[in-house]
Amino acid sequence: MENTEKYESADSNAKKNKIKRSKTSSLWIMYVPALAFVIIFIVYPFINGVRISFTDWDGFSQTRNFVGFEQYTRMLTDPTTWLVVRNTLLYGIGSTFLQMTVGLLYALLLMQSLKMRAVTRTIVYMPVIISPLIMGYIWYFMFAYSNGALNDIVMLFGLDRINWLNNPGLNPFLIVLVNTYQFVGISMIVFIAGLQSVSKEYYEAARIDGASLFQQFKNITIPLLMPAITINVVLNIIGGLKLFDVIVSLTGGGPGDASQSMSTFMYSLYFDRQDAGYAATQGVLMVIIILVITLASVIYLRRKEVEA
Amino acid sequence: MNRFTGKQRLGLNLLCLLICLLHIVPFYILITTSLKALGDFSSMWVLPQEWSFENFIVAWEQAQLGTAMFNSGFITFFSAAFLIIAGSLAAYPLARRQTKLNKFVYLFFIGIMIVPPLTVLVPLYQMVVDWGLLNTRAVAIFNNVAAFLSMTIFLYAGFIRSTVPKELEEAAKIDGANTLTIFFRIVFPLLKPITATVLIIACVYIWNDFQFAIFFLQEASVQTLPVAVNSFFGENSANLNLVAAASLVALLPMTLLFLFLQRFFIEGLAQGSIK
Repeated sequence: MENTEKYESADSNAKKNKIKRSKTSSLWIMYVPALAFVIIFIVYPFINGVRISFTDWDGFSQTRNFVGFEQYTRMLTDPTTWLVVRNTLLYGIGSTFLQMTVGLLYALLLMQSLKMRAVTRTIVYMPVIISPLIMGYIWYFMFAYSNGALNDIVMLFGLDRINWLNNPGLNPFLIVLVNTYQFVGISMIVFIAGLQSVSKEYYEAARIDGASLFQQFKNITIPLLMPAITINVVLNIIGGLKLFDVIVSLTGGGPGDASQSMSTFMYSLYFDRQDAGYAATQGVLMVIIILVITLASVIYLRRKEVEA
Repeated sequence: MNRFTGKQRLGLNLLCLLICLLHIVPFYILITTSLKALGDFSSMWVLPQEWSFENFIVAWEQAQLGTAMFNSGFITFFSAAFLIIAGSLAAYPLARRQTKLNKFVYLFFIGIMIVPPLTVLVPLYQMVVDWGLLNTRAVAIFNNVAAFLSMTIFLYAGFIRSTVPKELEEAAKIDGANTLTIFFRIVFPLLKPITATVLIIACVYIWNDFQFAIFFLQEASVQTLPVAVNSFFGENSANLNLVAAASLVALLPMTLLFLFLQRFFIEGLAQGSIK
């Protein structure tokens, strides 16, 4: 009897040791496949891209010359760079602002128990799941110059047709509009989730204190929605700064380079203009811009969340 | 909840209706345009006198939408499968074993999320050409997996930390099961909810992917739906009715799936973004 007890406890000690040992092992073998994918298809090309940005490579020939910072000075003095950066910021920040404003308004409306609530949510949300490229084509029919849907309305008012998509001052804003139309559903859902988590007691207390609806909105809703706002800003800014598909289908980046984003500009430098070295340089700038803007907005909003 | 009077409620419902109509307009225009024969210059706002389905037949054949649909499905399916297996496997040790190495690797994956996939276009394209992978479905699968792996790991790790009880694994360990067995027999089945989220996000984005596909899938036999519609549009920009039909067909599969599984889509995509 005693013997078996001893035996058992020795055995369980051994097992405990084994557990301890396996606890400190990192089981790294399990993430090797994932690491391999990411290193081969993102990290390695990224490092290679930085190397190419210091050359004058055309994208197909075997030879390339090291040119030092030549492509970088070219980039900084190229007016197109700044036009493209301006557009990219407009797509990123403009879409974010518009999407969040409209998304919040929709969320406030569709929080209420209304008969039309479910169907409206579905319809507003549906474009999210559609290919952005095809969404661009759908709006192309709206904006078409002759016989386009919007110009029919313009002419109904006795005005001249508007050349929507070939208008360099106007079409970046139309791109923002289409992008907003497509993704406002995500902002709306994130805000609805945020609003549902706000306790009703806050509002009751505020009403007893005689706070107006606007005061309630400003002092209760907005501060408590800060986490939802952070998510929306990060999602929309990253999406907007990378914008590619809608531009391809709506304007192709034109007229000239007027509506080009950094993504489409890079594509056109590489494939249409055989300027791979320069395209890689623009790629480096794009990483820097996205990194700085994303980190800055996350840090700023996190600080706001803490204050709230 | 009865904060509104009957009249106010009616007003708000009408507002909803207005929003619905505004959001439907582009789709309505797409449908009317796709139903008209070439040369029918009536306004896009009115339905054609005689519905013509000719455009759909021509578009289906000329744009090779059947092939494109197969390619999109094939690429989406295998990308999602790889993502789920590689992602959940990687997330498990990263969520459970807080060694220095693991913390570093986790941060590395999170950092990768910020790098926009397109910025590596130039070197990636060169690599794909060198390896003879251009115009293969495999390259689209690899790229999509690499692009979404970080997010997948992030979602799985968060879920494992917050909802999978450690005691279960420890009990299994005492029974002498090895780590991989524990993972696939005990942990993975508990990950169903987050697997559904990953599946939905991956399916929506990879099915709709155009940025990678346009670079790496240029031959008609391997083109996905967006690429096929894009090249079809380029060839037929003078016949808007035909391209409208092609666009409508191309967006049907995902739209139908969405209408049937709406709840899962909205919850899944929202969850993916909230975490």
